[in-house]
Amino acid sequence: MTTMTDPPQESFRLSMLLNDTRYRSYTFQFIALLALVMAIAYLMSNMFANLRDQGLFLSWAFLGEPAGYDINQRLIEYDSQMTHWRATVVGVLNTLLVAFLACVTATVLGVIAGVLRLSNNWLVSKLMSAYVEAFRNVPVLIWIIIIFTIMTAVMPAPRAFRGDEPDATMLLGLFAFTNRGVYVPAPILGNPLFGSAAMGWLLIVLGLVGSFFGAKALGAWANAKQELTGERPTTWYITLAIWFVPLIVLLTIMGLSWDIPALRGFNFGGGLTIRGSLIALWFALAIYTGAFIAENVRAGIQAINKGQSEAAASLGLRPGRIMNLVILPQALRVIIPPLISQYLNITKNSSLAIAVGYMDITGTLGGITLNQTGRAIECVLLLMLFYLTISLAISAVMNVYNNSVKLKER
Amino acid sequence: MKKTVIFGALTAAGLAAGAAAAGTLDDVKARGTLNCGVATGLVGFATPDANGEWQGFDVAVCRAVAAAVLGDATAVEFVPTTGKTRFTALASGEIDMLARNTTWTFSRDVDLKFTFVGVNYYDGQGFMVPKDLGVSSAKELDGATVCIQTGTTTELNLADFFRVNGISYEPVPIETNAEAQQQYLAGACDVYTTDASGLAATRAAFEAPNDHVLLPEIISKEPLGPLVRHGDNEWGDVVRWTLNALISAEELGITSANISEMSAGTNNPEINRILGTEGTLGEMLGLDADWAAKAITAGGNYGEIFEKNIGESTPIGLARGLNAQWTEGGLLYSPPFR
Repeated sequence: MTTMTDPPQESFRLSMLLNDTRYRSYTFQFIALLALVMAIAYLMSNMFANLRDQGLFLSWAFLGEPAGYDINQRLIEYDSQMTHWRATVVGVLNTLLVAFLACVTATVLGVIAGVLRLSNNWLVSKLMSAYVEAFRNVPVLIWIIIIFTIMTAVMPAPRAFRGDEPDATMLLGLFAFTNRGVYVPAPILGNPLFGSAAMGWLLIVLGLVGSFFGAKALGAWANAKQELTGERPTTWYITLAIWFVPLIVLLTIMGLSWDIPALRGFNFGGGLTIRGSLIALWFALAIYTGAFIAENVRAGIQAINKGQSEAAASLGLRPGRIMNLVILPQALRVIIPPLISQYLNITKNSSLAIAVGYMDITGTLGGITLNQTGRAIECVLLLMLFYLTISLAISAVMNVYNNSVKLKER
Repeated sequence: MKKTVIFGALTAAGLAAGAAAAGTLDDVKARGTLNCGVATGLVGFATPDANGEWQGFDVAVCRAVAAAVLGDATAVEFVPTTGKTRFTALASGEIDMLARNTTWTFSRDVDLKFTFVGVNYYDGQGFMVPKDLGVSSAKELDGATVCIQTGTTTELNLADFFRVNGISYEPVPIETNAEAQQQYLAGACDVYTTDASGLAATRAAFEAPNDHVLLPEIISKEPLGPLVRHGDNEWGDVVRWTLNALISAEELGITSANISEMSAGTNNPEINRILGTEGTLGEMLGLDADWAAKAITAGGNYGEIFEKNIGESTPIGLARGLNAQWTEGGLLYSPPFR
């Protein structure tokens, strides 16, 4: 007869907190946490005590007062009679806009440069090395100012377009490149469905999303057919139709027309204005961070065993397809984590916007609002909160993506 | 045990902060230097010269106060502040006074809890445009692109002016005067707006100053003056009456050249009271009897400081205008010393 007994349960004694390795690390972590909390509490209470002594107090009421200043680039309606909070939101949207544009551009640039840096062509790979080394070793602020200064100095002022024999003319009669920015034709929906133009644009975006899934379904169908019969049906003209027919139908129904910029008064009027400050900030952030991303991409590619590309080559794949189908999908696992921090860097570096007068959140809330209301502590706290929230949100989204591409162990 | 230490430290910190707020005058005397907040570099108003010595119109006010309180015009620790940091620096006690062409406004006085002790420069916001634009009034600027230094009262004035006149504009915010100059000259903006004194100084630095005109509209009042924290009236009085002494000195004809002679005593009782040979004005302020004499000796009277730093003989080339004595049609009017 066998009896199975559990080993006798050792009762917990206080000394085990120090002597038992199972608990010791928790003890020390708890002490460290306690010390940290105490230190923060001390600093906070010190700040509040000092503020109180000077008759100051934290107040957020200023956010509801009229801002009183104008902002040149507004993605939502805003005028100087709206509140500081509204001005803050305008700044937030401007930050997000430039961060988004720069992230996309930097990724494209970085992937191209990273892949080309490994090219067998000596000239191409050296050119890319030069790009990477030149751009990542000069502070981004300098790049922002360089691009802005070049734009201001080299491009013609709007008044150069004036007169019978102007010094400058518009490209194709549609685009005006001036030292204040680039003016491009703006699409106008003359007859949007559901009343407002915003709804019309939403409809078009929905149409495009529909086309995307349609094209994907078509690809899946073609793949299935290829599996079955070995013949791949020709689908490119159907894909083209899926993308463009709904778009053209929608735009025709809603009466698309183009608002072409023209010289009016002091400035170009009409059309869309892409201001010099946005261009300078966007490109500086993109080419600067693109250089870092290029290195991440190179590291990712070189982390893939050479055997992989040799195996792919022996299957008869061409170099371009080896890169796209074999190397890059595996390299992504190495590339994504450092890419996340580059996106965070872009977002945070966009606060250098003030150097070129781009009205991001640091320019509105942390600049004019702070200065006009004198509520420095409140404004800086809000700024910190905003950048923290945005950074955490970007990390969260990218981590989800990272989990979807990382090695799945079964 | 640990708790006691923390609370002890807290109490000590609280007491120290309380003591710091008690008497700025005593603090300055005990420290032996005056901490004075100035601009980070604005030619004529506050800028370090080739030897690293701070020079300028606002700097002279700091030096005069240091001379009055400590008897030494060089006993000043200049703290460069930006448009953003200036108020925090003053409120936190990092500086004892701020002399940084700061406009006296209601909200800065009442809401931010500062005391403006007077006005050392009466300014107003103006516009500069290239002459070939053919504009003769700011009201013709509908649709113009306007370069503006960000973080100043000028932004609010500009928005108000264009709104009141029902015309539109596009602001181009610029961080520094130098950058604004470059943008304006390149034609990236049609108009440059800032305080009229700043426009004059900027235009003077152009290669062809005559190609640019200042428009006749002055769209705001910008009384610039030194300020201190609320709640320490003794210290506020010291700074206020030092400034008044400089202004009165000009009015009464006391200059750095004749002050030693006048300090021996004159037959004008007000001069005697200022210079401390009659009455006990210095004692009332908690200072030496010859406090004002020291302040005036530091850089001369108001007129001398003006001429030396921003007057017509300097590259800035500002006329006295509103900043003349009241006896000469200006706004400078010091309350009497009695």
